[in-house]
Amino acid sequence: MAKTVDQYFGDLRGTRVWRSIFRSGTGSSTLKRALAIQQNVFLHLFSTKVRTRMLSFSATWYLGTLTLGTFLILVATGIPLMFYYHPSVPQAYADTKDLEFVVSSGLFLRNLHRWSAHAMVFLVFAHMFKVFYRGAYRPPREFNWVIGVVLLLITLLLSYTGYLLPWDQLAYWAITVGSNIASAVPIMGDKIHFLLLGGNAVNANALLRFYVLHCMILPLSAMFFVAIHFWRIRKDGGLYSHPSEPATVRARANSVPANPMEAQ
Amino acid sequence: MADETRKNDEVNRRQFFMRLGLGSLGIAAAGTAAFAYQYLEPNVLFEPSPVINAGKPDHYPLGSVTIDVNSGIYIIHSEEGFFSLSAVCTHLGCMTAWKPESNQIACPCHGSKFEQNGKKIEGPAPKPLPWKRIWLNDDGDLLVDRSTDVPALARDSFVRV
Repeated sequence: MAKTVDQYFGDLRGTRVWRSIFRSGTGSSTLKRALAIQQNVFLHLFSTKVRTRMLSFSATWYLGTLTLGTFLILVATGIPLMFYYHPSVPQAYADTKDLEFVVSSGLFLRNLHRWSAHAMVFLVFAHMFKVFYRGAYRPPREFNWVIGVVLLLITLLLSYTGYLLPWDQLAYWAITVGSNIASAVPIMGDKIHFLLLGGNAVNANALLRFYVLHCMILPLSAMFFVAIHFWRIRKDGGLYSHPSEPATVRARANSVPANPMEAQ
Repeated sequence: MADETRKNDEVNRRQFFMRLGLGSLGIAAAGTAAFAYQYLEPNVLFEPSPVINAGKPDHYPLGSVTIDVNSGIYIIHSEEGFFSLSAVCTHLGCMTAWKPESNQIACPCHGSKFEQNGKKIEGPAPKPLPWKRIWLNDDGDLLVDRSTDVPALARDSFVRV
């Protein structure tokens, strides 16, 4: 008798190699499902259990998850772009044009990177508004709000540093204006401007500094804070649900109260 | 055993080593910060010289306002003589442009406007466009030092040929 696909997967999960990697064991009991999350290095940041109503679209509009999605797209498209881009004055602009007109799928990767970057900035703001208006920043979640503000700053800096890399007129003058805003900082303004650009004007040093910030320092910082951000959701009691929200109200109406007095 | 004879304000061995360790770490961290700061500040810059050669004065007819976009300065030939003005907007560093139809210098970024002598007319620019030191070299070329500001409209800030 032919085996079904599920049976093949079942056999695979039973093999010694599989069991040596995934230790939680087979089976679909609540315990095994919880163990599958808890014993995975990536998934263990999240709660082992989540309320079904919190997975409905209306609860969060999935804005945080969508932000993570755009970040992953940006990493996946940004790394291939690095193979063809030299962060030097004579080559940066030519490489950008090559990516658009010469490299196979270069136009697709560059545009996907660019549009995802715009989408990520939008989604970060949307996520923050949603969290703010739902009151999901309130204790014990206030520290996670602070982490979120740090992530907003990292997102904006990623966007800003990436803006210079095409090395066209728009990039040059945008960074000239933006770095002059940094000069407005009291006392240390000119020093910050000088250190940021590695000189007095937007030039070869500035291009290289922005490249290193954009491709190494800021993405690594973002991953570090994203890990804390997700882990804190679990530590602060899971995804926030507000008692007056429709999904919560419906869920309460459908459930039989343990204590009839609660129904008042 | 020694604990029983020790006075309360005395530092025990564990506290001593803790303070020694934290102190060393603090010194190392401060050193690293100073090291990082010095490393990130370039000692040599490969930027163009602040002094530029603007060529012979007769390239600039009387009453003309000429911009050199590469060096970011104006050479202006007025009744009083030649003078040089920074073309970099004092607001956020955009390159301004001379508008002959309105006799104004205008910034395309945020709408600051200046008179021909650099004085601000309107817009967000906090300061007038600075005057730059200008002089004639032995070959009769006009030289401008972009790193040296001179007082606006002062006698010595003009070059007369």
